[in-house]
Amino acid sequence: MKYEAVIGLEVHIQLKTRSKMFTRVATGFGQPENTLTDPVVLALPGVLPVMNKEALDKIVKAGLLLGCTIAPVCKWDRKNYFYPDSPKNYQISQYDQPICLGGTVEIELPGPSRNVMGEHKLIPLTRIHLEEDVGKLNHFARESLVDYNRAGTPLMEIVSDPAMHSAEEAFAYLTSLRQTMVYGGISDCDMEKGQLRCDANISIRPVGATYLGTKVELKNLNSISFVRDGIAHEIARQIAVVEAGGTLVQETRDYDGQTGASQSLRSKEMAHDYRYFPDPDLMPVKVDEEWKARLLAECPERPFDKQRRFFTQYQVPYTITSVLVPDRALSDFFEAAAQLAPGKAQAVGNWIVNDLLRELGNARLPLAESKVTPAHLAALVQLIEAGTVLTNAAKEIFVEMFASGEKPDVIADRKGLKAAPTDTGELEQWCRDSIAGNAKAVAEFKAGKDSAINALKGPVMKAAKGKANPKLVDETLRRVLAAL
Amino acid sequence: MPELFHQPVAALADQLAAKKLSAVELMQAVIARTEAVESRVKAFNSFDAADALARARASDERRAAGQSRGPLDGIPVGLKDVISVAGQPLTASSKMLANFVSPYDATVTRKLKEAGAVCWGRLNLDEFAMGSSTENSAFKTTSNPWDLARVPGGSSGGSAAALAAGEACATLGSDTGGSIRQPAAFCNVVGMKPSYGLVSRYGLIAYASSLDQIGPFGRTVEDAAIVLGAIAGHDPLDSTSFKTEIPDYRAELSKRRGPWKLGVPKEYFGAGLDPEVGAAVQAAIDYYRKLGCEIKEVSLPHTQYAIATYYIIATAECSSNLARFDGIRYGHRSAKANDAIDIYFHSRAEGFGAEVKRRIILGTYVLSSGYYDAYYLRAQKVRTLIRQDFLNAYREVDAILTPTSPVPAFKIGEKSDPLAMYLLDIYTIGVNLAGLPGASIPCGFTRGGLPIGLQIIGRPFQEADLLAIAHAYEQGHAWHTQHPKL
Amino acid sequence: MPSPTDLNIDHVAHLARIALTPEEKTQFAAQLGDVLAYIEQLKTVDIAGIEPTAHAFPIYNVWADDVARPGLPVEAALRNAPAQRDNMIVVPKVVE
Repeated sequence: MKYEAVIGLEVHIQLKTRSKMFTRVATGFGQPENTLTDPVVLALPGVLPVMNKEALDKIVKAGLLLGCTIAPVCKWDRKNYFYPDSPKNYQISQYDQPICLGGTVEIELPGPSRNVMGEHKLIPLTRIHLEEDVGKLNHFARESLVDYNRAGTPLMEIVSDPAMHSAEEAFAYLTSLRQTMVYGGISDCDMEKGQLRCDANISIRPVGATYLGTKVELKNLNSISFVRDGIAHEIARQIAVVEAGGTLVQETRDYDGQTGASQSLRSKEMAHDYRYFPDPDLMPVKVDEEWKARLLAECPERPFDKQRRFFTQYQVPYTITSVLVPDRALSDFFEAAAQLAPGKAQAVGNWIVNDLLRELGNARLPLAESKVTPAHLAALVQLIEAGTVLTNAAKEIFVEMFASGEKPDVIADRKGLKAAPTDTGELEQWCRDSIAGNAKAVAEFKAGKDSAINALKGPVMKAAKGKANPKLVDETLRRVLAAL
Repeated sequence: MPELFHQPVAALADQLAAKKLSAVELMQAVIARTEAVESRVKAFNSFDAADALARARASDERRAAGQSRGPLDGIPVGLKDVISVAGQPLTASSKMLANFVSPYDATVTRKLKEAGAVCWGRLNLDEFAMGSSTENSAFKTTSNPWDLARVPGGSSGGSAAALAAGEACATLGSDTGGSIRQPAAFCNVVGMKPSYGLVSRYGLIAYASSLDQIGPFGRTVEDAAIVLGAIAGHDPLDSTSFKTEIPDYRAELSKRRGPWKLGVPKEYFGAGLDPEVGAAVQAAIDYYRKLGCEIKEVSLPHTQYAIATYYIIATAECSSNLARFDGIRYGHRSAKANDAIDIYFHSRAEGFGAEVKRRIILGTYVLSSGYYDAYYLRAQKVRTLIRQDFLNAYREVDAILTPTSPVPAFKIGEKSDPLAMYLLDIYTIGVNLAGLPGASIPCGFTRGGLPIGLQIIGRPFQEADLLAIAHAYEQGHAWHTQHPKL
Repeated sequence: MPSPTDLNIDHVAHLARIALTPEEKTQFAAQLGDVLAYIEQLKTVDIAGIEPTAHAFPIYNVWADDVARPGLPVEAALRNAPAQRDNMIVVPKVVE
């Protein structure tokens, strides 16, 4: 029998805010232990929570970017459970009235080859809600040490429908979701800092069936590649169990990305009973049309929308857009340069994808620290277009420009990299010499073979010691030939 | 003149302002009184006389420099030991917090300090404010100064007893189902629970978050008005705090003269009401009639459901609010614990007293899977009906008059059955469920010499009217000038 | 409505993380049985079409601007901790 997997993802993303979800002490990563706390974070007796407006703005923005319905009214609930990383022993969350409902994540599956765009799909979302992160437990042989710096950080949970069917789809979903959230400034989504965390619900069923099989929750998928590998491993494990005549049990499994294996988390605890109830310390939230409209105006174009626009507006190929678009700053750089060099968008794109990224990589610099600006790059492309510099010279100019931040024509002048001569009398003489010495090519050209002119260019370039402007050479040759 | 420690804040403030009295002299008098009677009254969990005297001295210096902060500057105000004071113990009268020192000020504490008041002592209560007698304190049972064999009421029993005994000039309590008003009635002082949201809860150890309010105890209605004026007002640290203009409650007392339309709910005068209490309250109602007020019978038909509704909502909220007391970040940690999960079970078993455990168990149960709709959600709907009863009555009347408690102070140890104790809150609980302001003022004594309280329930956020109505009664009576013999 | 006899004291005490003695279990079960029996009267209230009250005076959108303020120094944060090491709270090993 053939099986298909059914996968739903629960993704937790920390929102990028200065202060915590329900109190105004700073958020942060990598700070000394327990230095980002206050009475509210520590749940000292008597403290009360106050919502962070920016966190609400950010989650509404996330919802708008993903096409969710923003609930006109949402409320806060307490999820009650005891754990040492949870200072109140309840988590403030949203149970039955989340702030965002529905929505989709557009994904791109791998194409037939790296240079060819793959199939796009819309993965439906169930909901997005806002809650608070917990502290961190550091385990030692006999003790655990608790650091509450992370506790109370605004955390958004994005729950997809069980609508994915392969590890590749899950991988593409997470990639797209991450890009969109980074685009929107909602989170940096750095998995190494725990800013994005993923749990997967996985089941299998015979191909063609419509029911849902026994669900296994896979936890600790701590990097995007672990998500792909962990899910692929779990699907294979489930199929192997069923094919061996076994029965799947509903359980939570812990995936170890290092060993590629998973193991069941057998908790001695009874089934969870979170005793959700509305948090009496917090008032409900109403999101009106005006608020939504203001946030919508702040939302950037989504990555795949931008890619489609780049195809039509700039006629740049997938090989370029697939590199530019995932990075909002890089695609903005491209667009700024392309607008300064009309009609040369593809050349601009090539320079970015090949040369700029190579130089940035070598120098280990982020784009923001690049001394090459869009104006520099556009100027360089135009120098080439005008025939003022040749391609090899341009490559040299680019490297110099990256190092110094000087304008390309300044570098070309200083280093004598401009095509020469500009003395048309001298050039015309070289052209006449070449024509005089290549009767065969001249005859072929006269007979209508246009490419025969190339044979006449070599001697001219040789006479010019390689520095002649090829465009001028071409023009001059044609003028002289036409006058014969 | 009565002794300094029995004088109202308003009178003391005049003497301080006229420099006939210094804050240090006043503080010394209160400390001396406390040292004299505290072994019998047992109202305090702790007090810091050196700190209080230093603050009194600072008050005198301000006044000498012409920088007095008003009528509370230099006045010793006692705080129930659920209200946080930076650098002072905060125990909730629980073994769980026996060694806890709070690093921050509650908003009311900050406001009192800004008004120049000397925060004086940590006053005993029923553990975590759960109870009606102060017998549930893990440390001591406070005695009623009028009869040391009797309870002072609860849960703010220490706040009421300390004031009645002259161990403080005013105090703060908290009221979730009557915890200010009932002890005020039992101890012959004025006690007031403000509208939900008028006074910030930031820094008050939460019992039932949707019901808790901090409020003042005073010797007179005027004193209660002075203290309320100092602590009321919107607080950005409490999301349930209400944005409303705070009038000068003290100045309004004499400006608002009625006559008022006053409602008497028939449901509050039925079976269970002690005849002497009933007679005293009836006499108070008659007095208002004499003042020209129109007395109307009103109906609050869902009164009988108030206690059941309260014990679902309050215990559900407390089961969650008290989850943080786990012996991990602070509080009692059991020595028996072998693993992290054990810490919870044993620390909470050892740290909490019986009543707290009972309420946590009940609240956990009513929220547990399968029971939420039947208990919590249903109770929230009945709460709507109870609130609606009051709002309907306020279409016809300005305030409602009732007994505060069906009985006067009972004997320590007399009520051992939890449900019997819960039922005593019948007249006060509806006010919390409806979020209304309510005050208890002295309105007489039983033949046995036990104080009786009149409850006046006001319109939401109309504390100025409520206090003026109470003041009008007090002006014609001298109950509040009587002090227990200690 | 459920019955007052539904209360499983062992289960609920476990949820509440309180180790009760056998005596407490017996006593609480009886006392809370009485309270639950008393609460039964809520069954008789007609609540059809009635909205629940979470707050006596509902207000919306109570929040603060996202401005980071200084928190507690680590010494103050840990001052009441029963056990601490390396600026962290110590608990016996948490078994996942």
